[in-house]
Amino acid sequence: MEHKNWNGFKGETWKNEINVRDFIQTNYKEYTGDDSFLAGPTARTSNLMKNVQGLFALERQFGGVLEIDTATVSSLTSYSPGYIDKDNEIIVGLQTNRPLKRGVCPFGGIRMARQACEAYGYKLSEKIEEEFHYRTTHNDGVFRAYTDEMRKARKCHVITGLPDAYGRGRIIGDYRRVALYGIDRLIEEKKNDKNALAETIFNADSTKLNEELFQQIAFLGKLKEMAAMYGFDISMPAENAREAIQWTYFAYLGAIKEQNGAAMSLGRVSTFFDIYIERDIENGVLTEEQAQELMDDFVIKLRVARHLRTPEYNELFGGDPMWITEAVGGMGEDGRTLVTKSSFRMLNTLYTLGSSPEPNLTILWSTQLPENFKRFCAKVSADTDSIQYENDDIMRPHYGDDYAIACCVSAMKLGKQMQFFGARCNLAKLLLIAINGGYDTTSGMHIGPQMDVMDAEKLDFDAVMERFDIYNQWLSRLYVNTMNVIHYMHDKYCYEKTQMALHDTEVDRLMAFGIAGLSVVADSMSAIKHADVYPVRDANGFIVDFNTVGDFPTYGNDDDRVDLIAKDLTHRVITELRKTPTYRNAEHTLSVLTITSNVMYGKNTGATPDGRKASAPFAPGANPMHNREKNGALASLNSVAKISYDDCRDGVSNTFSITPEALGKSDEERITNLVTILDGYFSKKAHHININVLNRETLMDAYENPEKYPNLTIRVSGYAVNFNKLSREQQREVISRTFHEAI
Amino acid sequence: MSDIKGRIHSFQSLGTVDGPGIRFVVFMQGCNLRCGCCHNPDTWEMSAGTEYTADEILAKVLRFREYFGKKGGITLSGGEPLLQSEFAYELFDLCHQNGINTCLDTSGSIMNDSVRKLLTVTDRVLLDIKYADEDSYREYVGCTLAKPIEFLAYLNEQKIPVTLRQVIIPTLTDNEDSVNFLVDLRKKYEHVDKIELLPFRKICQVKYDEMQIDFPFAHIPAAGTDVIKILEQLLG
Repeated sequence: MEHKNWNGFKGETWKNEINVRDFIQTNYKEYTGDDSFLAGPTARTSNLMKNVQGLFALERQFGGVLEIDTATVSSLTSYSPGYIDKDNEIIVGLQTNRPLKRGVCPFGGIRMARQACEAYGYKLSEKIEEEFHYRTTHNDGVFRAYTDEMRKARKCHVITGLPDAYGRGRIIGDYRRVALYGIDRLIEEKKNDKNALAETIFNADSTKLNEELFQQIAFLGKLKEMAAMYGFDISMPAENAREAIQWTYFAYLGAIKEQNGAAMSLGRVSTFFDIYIERDIENGVLTEEQAQELMDDFVIKLRVARHLRTPEYNELFGGDPMWITEAVGGMGEDGRTLVTKSSFRMLNTLYTLGSSPEPNLTILWSTQLPENFKRFCAKVSADTDSIQYENDDIMRPHYGDDYAIACCVSAMKLGKQMQFFGARCNLAKLLLIAINGGYDTTSGMHIGPQMDVMDAEKLDFDAVMERFDIYNQWLSRLYVNTMNVIHYMHDKYCYEKTQMALHDTEVDRLMAFGIAGLSVVADSMSAIKHADVYPVRDANGFIVDFNTVGDFPTYGNDDDRVDLIAKDLTHRVITELRKTPTYRNAEHTLSVLTITSNVMYGKNTGATPDGRKASAPFAPGANPMHNREKNGALASLNSVAKISYDDCRDGVSNTFSITPEALGKSDEERITNLVTILDGYFSKKAHHININVLNRETLMDAYENPEKYPNLTIRVSGYAVNFNKLSREQQREVISRTFHEAI
Repeated sequence: MSDIKGRIHSFQSLGTVDGPGIRFVVFMQGCNLRCGCCHNPDTWEMSAGTEYTADEILAKVLRFREYFGKKGGITLSGGEPLLQSEFAYELFDLCHQNGINTCLDTSGSIMNDSVRKLLTVTDRVLLDIKYADEDSYREYVGCTLAKPIEFLAYLNEQKIPVTLRQVIIPTLTDNEDSVNFLVDLRKKYEHVDKIELLPFRKICQVKYDEMQIDFPFAHIPAAGTDVIKILEQLLG
């Protein structure tokens, strides 16, 4: 197959089948030079961004939500075209008819949509209420099937944050396919797949797939209609860089109009765009300045993307995030780097447009990356605190070289794998429930196997571990079953038609479980093993506190005596989870990631043997507990690096804050040192790190005087936030975290 | 393998200011001086700290070698590492056997055979020249200026690269003479390839408070970065 818009592109395989990776591999130009070629923002870009900054300020004044359209159910074609400043936009398309106006997506759950409207002083229209009175949402479906025990586990917060009342997200459409092939070709391929199904036996699975294909085809059609409303015909392949970016953006836009998912990630578009940009530059129809302008305008669109969420949701995932994660860099399987000039251009938007939490720029780090690119990343980190790093060298063997990151740390092959998101279980609470024989002291609920409260005067490590195993076994089965219910219902009532249309029809599925409180439990078990832990009982004999006497090694000091406990815990959890089969035969994966929910998880958890007080926050993700690191930053990194990616294939999140002084004496030294630290950390097979280079004092000042820091961006746990958008409680927790300082 | 043990105050796994590149810094316990500006009073006492063998510390250092890059390695600081020179020799020797760069942060106030042996396995010395005059040395340090100068001469003879360091203390060393003294030393001793001016800081006040002893320089203000920048111009 040939198309005139492919002129100048090499290769055949990608023309004969849907294969974006092959297109990239046969056409991209690796770039190993430095950042000196980059252009700054044009006057047009700066004016447009100023306009957007004004809207952001207004949004803040309105309490975080500028406007809600309460009368329209968000979908691809339900709003008239919207613009920020029509005549001055190069890439167009908004979720609703006005910038920052939020739409409602009730298919995940009408209750959530209703509450979100009310939280900001709006009322969901009678029309939508009426219509959904006769419809089943994902949320309705889940609660029809939930067992009593599932409800209890949810209520006492031993598993929390499950996507049972809102869109699950964590699915990345291969949005590039629209640019490379055009909609018509994609529809044709899907129709072929659907026709091929006619030859199979129609059981529940194939019938389901058949209906899904019908929906995918219908929504590809709607995507074309949506673009037409903006005056673009996307039925054919994109002709130039501007169209490639515009087509890709339309595909992403369709997805976020359709789905209010927890994380709506972008994928890996920079190097794909680079092929078009370089072709245009070679043909003399695009300058570097214009190339940057295209990238800037695209990123501005991503920065104004919004979803409507409830205050309860914000408590879990603070800062109004969308996780528009873009994976940048990485190495190819043939040894060439996937870094191109457009990898630089993408990062450069943090300078041309200023620092920002979105898109969630994620560097796929390899020790083999070009030195110049490594240094540019380190510079951007030190200047903006807006990017995160993930280890390409440990992900590539599993996911190839055309994978991307959903949300914070979840790797998946683009267009070939999808994820069933499963939030996380509270490991610290599970330990307390186990010690109390199936009683949760925080909620006062009996849950799980009913046993005696552990009666020893002093806790014994082996006895506690034995107990933990019993409850881990119980919870794992319950957790998998709960997830199976949730994702069955999401597929049934809130299926991601646009996104799944941009996947292969035969897709691999991952089911992502998670744990919160890893460092709390590791330190608690260490205390039980190496110090003396005396339980303190209430009047009913339940253990509500601990008297811990003596020293014990704490996680975060590169001390195997406790680090291996942490590693072993993750192994126990995933091993047990794997024993219960999943919906659609998804592969079990596990993450150690909390986002900002570590505050809320802590709030719902009693005192722990490590000395953490009841209700005190957990450390985020896989981080050591605040200020228990006594041997400096690298010892802390080494501890986290011990958590095995084989056990935690959905990611191990580490957030690292260091003062500029501790990183080195000059900018030059800081960049060199940061590169060396990243190379060292990742060569130890660590998975992820957020880097903040800043002083605690800056955050304390921002806490007191938010108006002085309207754009202060910091990395928290797998994503970045505007500091001002966190709750006061979340801000305090961030301030209390360890800052590695010069001594 | 010997059974000499070192008394260690603490470890800093990410040292970026005590020697080239990223360094694993070992703070030795015990000091023979009582400098007025000292920011580690908790390292003075000879009998405190935790004992480790050189092998045990090497094992720790090796855990960080991935972070050392091209220039980093181990730095022995303190306290005064020369007080435990036999142990320090053993540790540095082991580091050399493992290809790890060694750096010594010292006052240069002790010289003997054991120290000379230690210097055979030392790749760089960070030498504190605390003041430019004899009186200040006697008053605020507790040894003579001649000691570090003799030490420097020996390092130069042995062709060991040296970084000269001085804490810029307002009213005492924040002047041209003090800095020019270092510049002159650099002229005289060809193996001095770097001079570092460190701002006097007072975050150590909490340590003095915890130990319930007076911070001799409590009355002196911390040095601002502007002063350092101005003085650094003298370094050329």
